Amino acid sequence: MSTQVAGRPERPELVAEPRPNYLANGYGIKSWLLTVDHKRIAILYLVSITVMFFLGGVFALLIRLELLTPAGDLMAADMYNRMFTMHGVVMIFFFLIPSVPAVLGNFLVPMMIGARDLAFPRINLLSWYVYIVGAGFTIAVVIFGGVDTGWTFYAPLSTIYSNSNVALMGIGVFITGFSSILTGLNFIVTIHKMRAPGMTWFRLPLFIWAHYATSLIMVLGTPVLAIAVVLLAADRIFQIGVFDARQGGDPLLFQHLFWFYSHPAVYIMILPSMGVISELVTCFSRKRIFGYTFVAFSSLAIAVYGFLVWGHHMFTSGQSIYAGLLFSVLSFLVAIPSAIKVFNWSATMYKGSISYETPMLYAFGFIGLFTIGGLTGLFLAATSVDVHVHDTYFVVAHFHYIMVGGAIMGFLGGMHFWWPKIVGRMYPEGWGKFAVLMIFAGFNLTFFPQFVLGYMGMPRRYHAYPDEFQVLNVMSTAGASILGVGYLIPMVYFLWSLRFGAVAGPNPWGATGLEWTTPSPPPTENFDVTPIVTEEAYSYSKEEPEVVGGTQSTRASLR
Amino acid sequence: MSEVPSPLAHHFDDLTQQKEATTLGMWTFLVTEILFFGGLFAGYAQYRTLYPQAFAAASHHLDIVLGTINTAVLIASSLTMVMGVRAAQLGRRKQIVIFLLLTIVLGLVFLGIKAVEYTHKYHEGLIPGPGFALQGEERMQVRFFAFYFLMTGMHALHMVVGVVIVGMIAFFAWRGRYSPEYYGPVDVTGLYWHFVDIVWIFLFPLLYLLGRH
Repeated sequence: MSTQVAGRPERPELVAEPRPNYLANGYGIKSWLLTVDHKRIAILYLVSITVMFFLGGVFALLIRLELLTPAGDLMAADMYNRMFTMHGVVMIFFFLIPSVPAVLGNFLVPMMIGARDLAFPRINLLSWYVYIVGAGFTIAVVIFGGVDTGWTFYAPLSTIYSNSNVALMGIGVFITGFSSILTGLNFIVTIHKMRAPGMTWFRLPLFIWAHYATSLIMVLGTPVLAIAVVLLAADRIFQIGVFDARQGGDPLLFQHLFWFYSHPAVYIMILPSMGVISELVTCFSRKRIFGYTFVAFSSLAIAVYGFLVWGHHMFTSGQSIYAGLLFSVLSFLVAIPSAIKVFNWSATMYKGSISYETPMLYAFGFIGLFTIGGLTGLFLAATSVDVHVHDTYFVVAHFHYIMVGGAIMGFLGGMHFWWPKIVGRMYPEGWGKFAVLMIFAGFNLTFFPQFVLGYMGMPRRYHAYPDEFQVLNVMSTAGASILGVGYLIPMVYFLWSLRFGAVAGPNPWGATGLEWTTPSPPPTENFDVTPIVTEEAYSYSKEEPEVVGGTQSTRASLR
Repeated sequence: MSEVPSPLAHHFDDLTQQKEATTLGMWTFLVTEILFFGGLFAGYAQYRTLYPQAFAAASHHLDIVLGTINTAVLIASSLTMVMGVRAAQLGRRKQIVIFLLLTIVLGLVFLGIKAVEYTHKYHEGLIPGPGFALQGEERMQVRFFAFYFLMTGMHALHMVVGVVIVGMIAFFAWRGRYSPEYYGPVDVTGLYWHFVDIVWIFLFPLLYLLGRH
């Protein structure tokens, strides 16, 4: 592998055979739209999900503006319903679910395991086109006036009473689901069959384990959502009454089918970010991960348990009380593998040589916010507490701590960490730190007051509220503005760095992992020669042993 | 057939790895398909438990003769499919094409009979929705027909896709693309075809036979 540390060929005469990096391999629009290179497809995804993120962000902004005052002055109830529905649909299906897997996963999974591409490059490209078609439907829905059912599409509101574009949105969600299935399928096959010689399962970076677990959920859960949406659309369009209680149908069946996917989908969003955090914590603590196998298997455990807890969304829906008890116990069990991860990251940092670069700050933010989000999840898993706070802002705050405080912090941390690899340039470190602190402060100011609001009894999904809730709502809106600016800053300096950033070199962080043995940006085929792996992941403890009073030669002899 | 470009894609080390990846990919896809149909089976199971009499009564409206013939047709198509795969393993180009074409014909026969059945249901007014013919007590049977059309419709859609894919594979086989060293696409197409058959093997008793005697 020593032949591969050529770096960006600033002095091309020193490089034996200058290979074009993947960005320089064709410049035309066709070279992008017809590419089968996993790295270019990752960039395509990055651009598309960024657009969708800002679309969803606009809806969030309008929601927070409306909630600035107790009266419904900016929009009427119906418009507000459409706003929070579109915010949820866009952010969940079109940003969070593809965010880490389709961008960082697409870019890194083959590189980390020493492969030249994913197993099915054309299916990978197809998944992006499928995503774009689904996103097109969503944008059409927005133009035609949105959907007002909430992102959960509960029947019979969605099947009978709603007069918004439910069927069109259903088609959009159905289609985009296949993009996620194809990505998951590609990852599973790639991780099974494309590992480089010596890259055994227990030498895989934990990022790969997390993506493997995520892919399992994508492959097993998404089809069930697809069929739930098909039933919903059939019910709405042809009035076959599958979920219509007046004809003997069961609306709860929709909730069961929906949450069978949509609860595991939470883990589709958080698990890849957990994989990112494992990489960041080890690199910036210069230490091996504490308890590799536990962290690896906790990802799988989350994927498995995640399929057994969907009923905790339905404690107040009238499902059997015994089912509720069982779902409650199982939901508590999910906390165990999640806690294992948090403890092991903390133990990894213990006595590590920690440095505070931007990605590490995101990792700190992730660990803290995820812990708060996870612990409040336990409140909600307790059936008695859930009856009180169900459908209040407590729930809203809880899942935003996981989704925004967890998943997006992980995504941004990973983007900063691998940005030098992706484009070959460094982002400005000072601005990076400024943005992460701003995001952290803005996030907490936005969502912590919502815990209090929810506990005081403010229900979610209303555009107006009693006067006594105003102070906390103003705090929340103020925080959201800070958060919004915090998200814009990285967007600006990432673009800036494309041209003006310092040249990164192959491995600016001194990180382990095969992706750092290639030049930045990597050539199209990633590796000239398939690398041979001879050691475990995160072999950071290779510094010279510290010998008090020893000389250079004694140190060398100890090596 | 001289100068066939190498079937090895650039990112695989050898044909074995490529074949294993293709096969695992298809199996994984079939798992997603099981979950996809699984949602329908779950809904069917729930309503069958809630309304056993209505479901039993409704299944008498189905044409058991046509259903049985169709089951036989599909099983025969699985046989021709597997003969096609066998021919591909042995590198007998003509046989691959013949058996795949037979598979297509049988698939089309199945779809034709299915279309006849659907037409009958349409004329009897058994399509769920506002114009549903059964009223009063019998109205509860609407749910059976909703699932009948969704499940068999979804299955028929998979058959249509299957016929198109088998057609493409037959064309490539005729062009001489496959050899005993490289026949992965024929193999995984066979897997898909058998899967769609097996779905029918479950649909047939659930819809046509249960509660009939």
